[in-house]
Amino acid sequence: MNASLSWIKAYVPGLDVTNQEFRDAMTLSGTKVENYDAFDKNLENIVIGQIKEIAPHPDADKLVICQVDVGSETVQIVTGAHNMKVGDKVPTVLDGGKVAGGHDGSPMPEEGIKIKKGKLRGIDSYGMMCSIEELGTTKEMYPDAAEDGLYILPEDAPVGEDAVEYLGLHDANFEFEITSNRVDCYSVLGIAREAAATFGKEFHDVDPKVTKESGDIRDYLEVEVADPDLCPRYIARMVKNIHIAPSPKWLQRRLASNGIRPINNVVDITNYVMEEYGQPMHAFNYDAIAGKKIVVKRANDGDTFQTLDGQVRNLDKDILMICDAEKPIGIAGIMGGEDSKITDDVQTLVFEAATFDGTNNRLSSKRLGLRTDASGKFEKGLDPENALPAIERACQLIEELGAGEVVGGMIDIYPNPVQPKQIPFNADQINEFLGTDIPKEKQLEYFPPLGIEYDEKTEMLTIPTFRQDLLREADIAEEVARFYGYANIPSTLPSNAEAHGGLSYGFVINNKVKEIVKAYGFSESMTYSFESPKVFDKLQLSEEDELRKAIVISNPLGEDFSIMRTSLLNGLLTSLSTNYNRRNKTAALFELGNIYIPEELPLTKLPDERMTLALGFYGEGDFFTMKGVVEEILDGMGLKGLREYSADELKPFLHPGRQATVLQNKKPVGYLGEVHPVTAKNYGIGTKVYIACLDVKLLGELARFDKKFTEIPKFPAVNRDLSLVMTKDVSAGLVESIISKNAGRIMEHLELFDVYEGDRIAEGLKSLAFTISFRAKDHTLSDDEISPVMEKIVSKLKEKDIDLRS
Amino acid sequence: MREKLEKIREEALGKIRSVDSMDALNDLRVAFLGKKGQLTDVLKSMKDVAPEDRPKIGQMVNDTRKELEECFDSMKKTMEEALINEKLKKEVIDVTLPGTRRVLGHEHPCNLILKEVEDIFIGMGYEVVSGPEIEYDHYNFEALNIPANHPAKDEQDTFYINSEILLRTQTSSVQIREMEKGVLPIRMIAPGRVFRADEVDATHSPSFHQIEGLVVDKGITFADLKGTLDEFCKLFFGKDVRTKFRPHHFPFTEPSAEVDVSCFKCGGKGCRFCKGEGWIEILGCGMVHPHVLEMVGIDPNEYTGFAFGVGLERLTLLKYEIDDMRLLYENDLRFLKQF
Repeated sequence: MNASLSWIKAYVPGLDVTNQEFRDAMTLSGTKVENYDAFDKNLENIVIGQIKEIAPHPDADKLVICQVDVGSETVQIVTGAHNMKVGDKVPTVLDGGKVAGGHDGSPMPEEGIKIKKGKLRGIDSYGMMCSIEELGTTKEMYPDAAEDGLYILPEDAPVGEDAVEYLGLHDANFEFEITSNRVDCYSVLGIAREAAATFGKEFHDVDPKVTKESGDIRDYLEVEVADPDLCPRYIARMVKNIHIAPSPKWLQRRLASNGIRPINNVVDITNYVMEEYGQPMHAFNYDAIAGKKIVVKRANDGDTFQTLDGQVRNLDKDILMICDAEKPIGIAGIMGGEDSKITDDVQTLVFEAATFDGTNNRLSSKRLGLRTDASGKFEKGLDPENALPAIERACQLIEELGAGEVVGGMIDIYPNPVQPKQIPFNADQINEFLGTDIPKEKQLEYFPPLGIEYDEKTEMLTIPTFRQDLLREADIAEEVARFYGYANIPSTLPSNAEAHGGLSYGFVINNKVKEIVKAYGFSESMTYSFESPKVFDKLQLSEEDELRKAIVISNPLGEDFSIMRTSLLNGLLTSLSTNYNRRNKTAALFELGNIYIPEELPLTKLPDERMTLALGFYGEGDFFTMKGVVEEILDGMGLKGLREYSADELKPFLHPGRQATVLQNKKPVGYLGEVHPVTAKNYGIGTKVYIACLDVKLLGELARFDKKFTEIPKFPAVNRDLSLVMTKDVSAGLVESIISKNAGRIMEHLELFDVYEGDRIAEGLKSLAFTISFRAKDHTLSDDEISPVMEKIVSKLKEKDIDLRS
Repeated sequence: MREKLEKIREEALGKIRSVDSMDALNDLRVAFLGKKGQLTDVLKSMKDVAPEDRPKIGQMVNDTRKELEECFDSMKKTMEEALINEKLKKEVIDVTLPGTRRVLGHEHPCNLILKEVEDIFIGMGYEVVSGPEIEYDHYNFEALNIPANHPAKDEQDTFYINSEILLRTQTSSVQIREMEKGVLPIRMIAPGRVFRADEVDATHSPSFHQIEGLVVDKGITFADLKGTLDEFCKLFFGKDVRTKFRPHHFPFTEPSAEVDVSCFKCGGKGCRFCKGEGWIEILGCGMVHPHVLEMVGIDPNEYTGFAFGVGLERLTLLKYEIDDMRLLYENDLRFLKQF
């Protein structure tokens, strides 16, 4: 919403503030000023001058030498302009003054242009006569300015006076950010009311009246609202003997300052009223209304309609139309029709000021793909009470501008008038709620400028209908707080007695996991939760793969962001690829984030959001580097019991011979492996990549952190090495499990220290060498105790064709 | 006898002083003090000494032995020191060569900032909780006073799964979930991912993070809201930072405010960082709307509360002076390692 300060002052005459003061105070009372554009920025020392003499320049055909009376003296000015004659009055900037820009309309320099006396082709010049562009404004704002050349002022302009003042350029256009609850502030009057309340000044409402009316509208027109649910109020007034002409300068300037191009008096009036009251108006050519009847009703599915921009629109039964006796003549609250629009030869017109259902209007406008200034206002849900003064104002302006004769009476279809709301007022409660101590009298002072009335007897506030946002006490508290000033409300802290802060469990687990992976050199990445369905193919997933069962976004930004991830792998591999392709030699990344597993598709209830850890690296390390990290994490979670790495179930995106599912007490908690070279290639990674994924939600459920001290051993351990030979297909895990199972309680630790395949043993065989540590708590173990155990282990291994290496 | 002893002593001292290796020194020790050494020989010949002279000569032998032993020890020590020094001299290294470092992982800048925020609020007695990212329309809108067809619903450009389930557009949904639990008072923050249909550019992302805050208790005031957020801003941005509360509108709070902090770069004078404003917009907040309380079954006449929401990415960009949000999601290690 835009408004110039001078326009606002028209309703708050007592307002005497600088642009910056106005900006700051309005922002702090809730009407945020985004920006303002001061018209007099860089305009200095510019007076009204009168040209007394024009003489040719001896050395330049295109220049002339003028003697200009600037009140206090007559100065010589050389100019290249030609549209002036002796006796003309022009804005004249004197030596040392400033103008906003050049006369060619190019972008204006930030600091303006300084004008100094100087010589033009050898002739002294003591200033400059200005064009409209040099004054930093436009021909739209000043329609009487010349198309090209100096701005010739009216004959009665007072010579020697401040030209900026005379032209009303000591003004600024303010851009306000209006919050969606303040529909009333999408109007200059609404802003002015806020300004009055902010600065404690009196607000002067417009109170429009038409002095001379002729005839009766009922003799001309009939109105029927067939769908009152979508049209709470419809008012029509008429004007005859229309005289289309340009609007007066003041009106043109106000529209122009709000960014609206003046067209002619009738169109300008409707636009002006829309800006002033926030009530969109429409004017129909009466002669184009068939049957002299207006019907407001829903369109039929399949209907079409040509709007006044020449476009043919497809309608449906939820779009409200303004029709005549035969056909539609406008889309209600959105755009009028081609046939009934106001043309230069219009004789008689019908003004419409109506209110339409905001939601319906917004949805219709969306479906039509047609959003107009009018629909932008209607969609917010306007106050029906505002329609009446608005249409009166339009008729008053018609009369004032001599644009036609207002027909007597109006047709006002308003079956359920809006009643002003009543809200109880309790100053103490407001203070209690705000944490303030504002006296009741002071609180009450804020209400009259806002149009809120207080009844001492009932202690009730009557809320004007345009304040649709005020519904209950909390809303009143906000009004008090705004005008008391948020800054004046004290700052306190809630009492802390019962509060004990901390992380909830999920965050604790996440932090533990992060601590470990960070220590292992993995840095944290962050990727989007949605991705493209194409990632399934990149990961070489089969058609039946569970990971393909992803939740689909119905209105995604594009295919690349259209499904909710069921794995963190795509994000991880993409990030690794970014690093690889930017020539980072090594990279180790992790992401801790949710994956979204639907119970069924399409979704009927919320999916399982599983906190998951994905780790990946390339450059340094191998499968076992990754396995080491996984081990550390599982240990860090305090997971005890059977831990297995199974290669039974293969993931298609991993190397078939270098991957494992991690099982903790037979429960899968994740997997790890070398990325399949084809998958790596699909991500543009030309080196070996190792990844691991762990179900952190599950780890959190399994985790045990009840640590208990174990005594540090007093007696030494006895180590026995065992070098074994077996066929290559026997896994170390199997050997370990046989040893562990048969070593009994005295085995403390088992460590694989060598794996050998090569010349020194037979083809097809491999050798594994272990150190077994035995220890007893209360004595040093003797050979007699250990030997039988070793024998048992060796014999059990032998049963599986695992022999001692000779 | 005396002369003999003196001679041995002189000879020994002379040899010790001119010895050139540890081995030679040890040989000398054996030669003079060993079982078959010269001094031992003297002792062995004591039988030839007149009995009255024996104690005196004995004493002399012992004195000489002691002196020689001390001399040997001191020479040994000197030689050892020389040896060590020589060894150390050979071991001199160039200490300006680079240190050997283990690669440590770096946490994402957003999460580093989140930890700072969490620490501040935990210190003020807040619990850190979370809620679902895929959420019912009810929790994201309806229960937050944004009914069907409310324009605010359009403004937020929501991603929908279906008519009832969506990607949450705000962590405010967690407010409702916490209040629904019915355990009062509440003092929580809820960090998490939120989603809005914004095209990716330097300042927008369709997926980002918010930190929601909620306090519900008896007697919570707007002044408490101001004090709490003022304290947060000072702890987070620096103690000299000032806050400005501007009236604003959110459907689920009343009164509502936006909070600016004085530019921590220029102190509020206006600079390029704050675009000349002197203030930087940081968060939105307000008193929990009584209707929101009523909808979760909390009596607004008995309990009041305040809520706030702050963008994690915004805090991160501001604090680390990162000028493009896209860097946060690229995961280039050259970026991540800076934090």
